Amino acid sequence: MAEKIKKIEELPYEVAFTELGNIVESLETGEHTLEEAMALFERGQVLAKHCAMLLDKAELKVKQLSDDSLLEFRGEE
Amino acid sequence: MQTEQLSFFRSTTWTVIGITQYIRGLFESDHNLQDVRVRGEVSNFSQPRSGHVYFTLKDESASLRCVMWRNTVMEQSFLPKDGDAVEVHGSITIYEAGGQYQLYADEILPLGRGALYQEFLRLKEQLQSEGLFDESRKRPIPQWPHTIGIITSPTGAALRDMLNTLRRRYPLVNVVLAPTTVQGDDAPPGIAAAIKALNNIIKPDVILLARGGGSIEDLWAFNDPRVAYAIAASEAPLISGVGHQTDFTIVDFVADLRAPTPTAAAELATPDRAELMVSLSEINQRLVRGMLAIIENERWEARNVHHRLERISPSGRIRTDKQRLDEYIIRIGTAINHVIKFQQTRLTGVQQHLSSLNPMAILDRGFAVISKADGKVVRTIGQVKKGELINVRVTDGEFGAKVSGVGSENIHNKSD
Repeated sequence: MAEKIKKIEELPYEVAFTELGNIVESLETGEHTLEEAMALFERGQVLAKHCAMLLDKAELKVKQLSDDSLLEFRGEE
Repeated sequence: MQTEQLSFFRSTTWTVIGITQYIRGLFESDHNLQDVRVRGEVSNFSQPRSGHVYFTLKDESASLRCVMWRNTVMEQSFLPKDGDAVEVHGSITIYEAGGQYQLYADEILPLGRGALYQEFLRLKEQLQSEGLFDESRKRPIPQWPHTIGIITSPTGAALRDMLNTLRRRYPLVNVVLAPTTVQGDDAPPGIAAAIKALNNIIKPDVILLARGGGSIEDLWAFNDPRVAYAIAASEAPLISGVGHQTDFTIVDFVADLRAPTPTAAAELATPDRAELMVSLSEINQRLVRGMLAIIENERWEARNVHHRLERISPSGRIRTDKQRLDEYIIRIGTAINHVIKFQQTRLTGVQQHLSSLNPMAILDRGFAVISKADGKVVRTIGQVKKGELINVRVTDGEFGAKVSGVGSENIHNKSD
């Protein structure tokens, strides 16, 4: 399980959100044993937390293309 | 167009509205008047609260009243003031209530830019015929961009607006700015090179090509065929956000999506964090509700199974059997008592019978048992002889006796 959680932390938002949506769909419509459902639920919760964290903590990264190389962008202010 | 013949003597007499409508019909059936472009100097310009615009077009020797309705005014990027030389497009017809003919304007261009406008129309038609604007060419804008390329001036307000918008809406995205001048002769090749460079080096999910508002000359780089062809060749979909709401450039037609402003371009390129948070919280609620429903269902199932189990389990039968067993035990007990009583009764009967068979009882009644010296009971006279000693047993004891005679000869005389 720890490995899975680590993987979730690396997921981009839309992938995590899409998987969360699939899990909810599956919980709502699928036939699962209680154990399967609990496992899905737990993964869903980790995904939801990850998504919320991304939305909360993300900071826009801006770079600048200069000839063929990427530079940090500093010219905004 | 009613004509009313009022009397036999006079020629046709019109009502005012009748003749006015007739004249209006003449104007409106003239194609030249319905698609007309007039140049002149603006005077008496006014825009009352209604939002409609009224002015008069004049030259040295004539004047023409002009109206532009509010809806059209709102689409107009340029509004003239008194003294401006302009070119007005529209249709001329009759304003019945005022008894005047008027130019109903749908476009006002500052004079001198008419030539640029003609060039714009020519290029637009050319590129359109080449298929650059075809809907089938439009690439879909990805819903979740990872990398957004921005082509604009590094110092302009457009860049600041876009970055602020992206920061507010979707800070998860990576932005790569391809800086270029967006005005002047260097702008068209600069923009085209930036499109190519972003595609070759960065491969962004979407490109924003933007510039803040300005005059038609300021925006002219966005009407350049080199830029149009570069957009058409771009692998990444491109959103244009040039000028203001009312400005249309060639770039807007070639772009996969046209945004009215740079800010709007950034909005169209990204999902909104606030909406994402709402839908995230909604889906999280569904997750919890779904799980609770499963647990509740599971609990119900368990209860259900338990009931069914109880119904079919042997413990139920055992209980029934136990009861039946108790009944048996009671019935068996009763039966045994009956048997015992019966046996007891029977036993008492047997005892009575037995006691009635006891020979000693007869002795009570005066009978005696006679036995020989060897103990044999004497039943017949042949068993004894005269003078033989015998034993006589009566009810309370025994005594000895001697046979005085046997048979009739020796019977004692009762009279003796």
